[in-house]
Amino acid sequence: MVHSFCSSALLSLPGSSPDTSSPWDIAGAAVWGSGTHSSQECAGTGTRHSLVRARSTTRALPQGQFALPLTSSKENLSWAGLVDGVVLGADTRATEGMVVADKNCSKIHFISPNIYCCGAGTAADTEMTTQLISSNLELHSLSTGRLPRVVTANRMLKQMLFRYQGYIGAALVLGGVDVTGPHLYSIHPHGSTDKLPYVTMGSGSLAAMAVFEDKYKPDMEEEEAKQLVRDAIAAGIYNDLGSGSNIDICVISKSKLDFLRPYDVANRKGDRFGRYKCEKGTTAVLTENVAHLELEVVDETVQTMDTS
Amino acid sequence: MNSRGAASLLKDSISFTDVSAAGLFEGHDLLRRGFTSVKNELLPSHPLELTEKNFQLNQDKTNFATLRNIQGIHAPLKLQMEFRAVKQVQRLPFLHSSNMSMDILRGNDECIGFEDILNDPSQSEVMGEPHMMMEHKLGLL
Repeated sequence: MVHSFCSSALLSLPGSSPDTSSPWDIAGAAVWGSGTHSSQECAGTGTRHSLVRARSTTRALPQGQFALPLTSSKENLSWAGLVDGVVLGADTRATEGMVVADKNCSKIHFISPNIYCCGAGTAADTEMTTQLISSNLELHSLSTGRLPRVVTANRMLKQMLFRYQGYIGAALVLGGVDVTGPHLYSIHPHGSTDKLPYVTMGSGSLAAMAVFEDKYKPDMEEEEAKQLVRDAIAAGIYNDLGSGSNIDICVISKSKLDFLRPYDVANRKGDRFGRYKCEKGTTAVLTENVAHLELEVVDETVQTMDTS
Repeated sequence: MNSRGAASLLKDSISFTDVSAAGLFEGHDLLRRGFTSVKNELLPSHPLELTEKNFQLNQDKTNFATLRNIQGIHAPLKLQMEFRAVKQVQRLPFLHSSNMSMDILRGNDECIGFEDILNDPSQSEVMGEPHMMMEHKLGLL
């Protein structure tokens, strides 16, 4: 049984500059500080990313029953020199029924240097799907000679998921920044997609969405946005059994990429204050009584053992 | 039953000749094919089995229909002629052909899918008997 527990939230914060009109009122693409828009089509722009990617290698779960509970993604845009981009967030618990299978799994998957994807649902499905789309997108971008666009990844994912009619249990939140600006999509296992300013997916999605609906406002700063995403995921972690452990955040903007893993440790295991073993002699011996047990040999057999 | 065009190649049931005997006295290859079941031989064992078997054919049908509507009959005809021409370039019958030109025509040279990872025919563990297959191809058998 596949449990699809994942929540992702995206906030898109249009810029607040009064004199420029953005083409998207939910995702105003701000040109980064300098007036020139370097198209950054070549793949050799790795230096612009501060890539802190500590990929967890502890995902050795063979069974198919995974719940990737909570991912949250948020988009943060602002004008005039502030960061414009996308903030994705996720928790790190993978469950197998009612048992935690992986306490620190990585749910934010790499699609391309400017596009990341949070995955909920069956762990193998999300992992393989995102890797397949990542490979296809790389081939596509080599063929076109341009940086891949988020809408391309979205189209590839939805066409593949619809082809398999929901049997691939991958609920994804796709976010990234390309030449047209920052974008966020939520993709459901049957292949429907939504383009929204903020989305949540998974079992903790309602808790996270409650936080978003309350505190989201347009034109947020990067730190404010990260804090909001952190709060939303923490709400899921505390109130939902399918979510837990740490909070991972991924900030994608035109100029940089921050993969903060972990951004916050919400569920901290208790610290032990001392040793709780009992030493020998803790219990005082009052009396001692030794009784001999008489054993007699009844039968004796010899069996050769092949030790070659 | 439509016997013309690609529709005649569509599979709407599972052919029971797929369950073939391996040797003189064997009725069913248990290790490779699993347990026998009449239902499995006649009906698909997964709701997506037939759609996946026919996926390439259906794609071609849709694309050719669209091309015909937009550009006229010559466009799909030319393409199908190229497909047929390219399909004739094959290795010896018991060797796997890469079908690279076919991939290029279909646009699969820039895509990667499950068929490239799972059940890759170039990595198949079984091979036909070379001499028999050559003799069959040349009509000597």
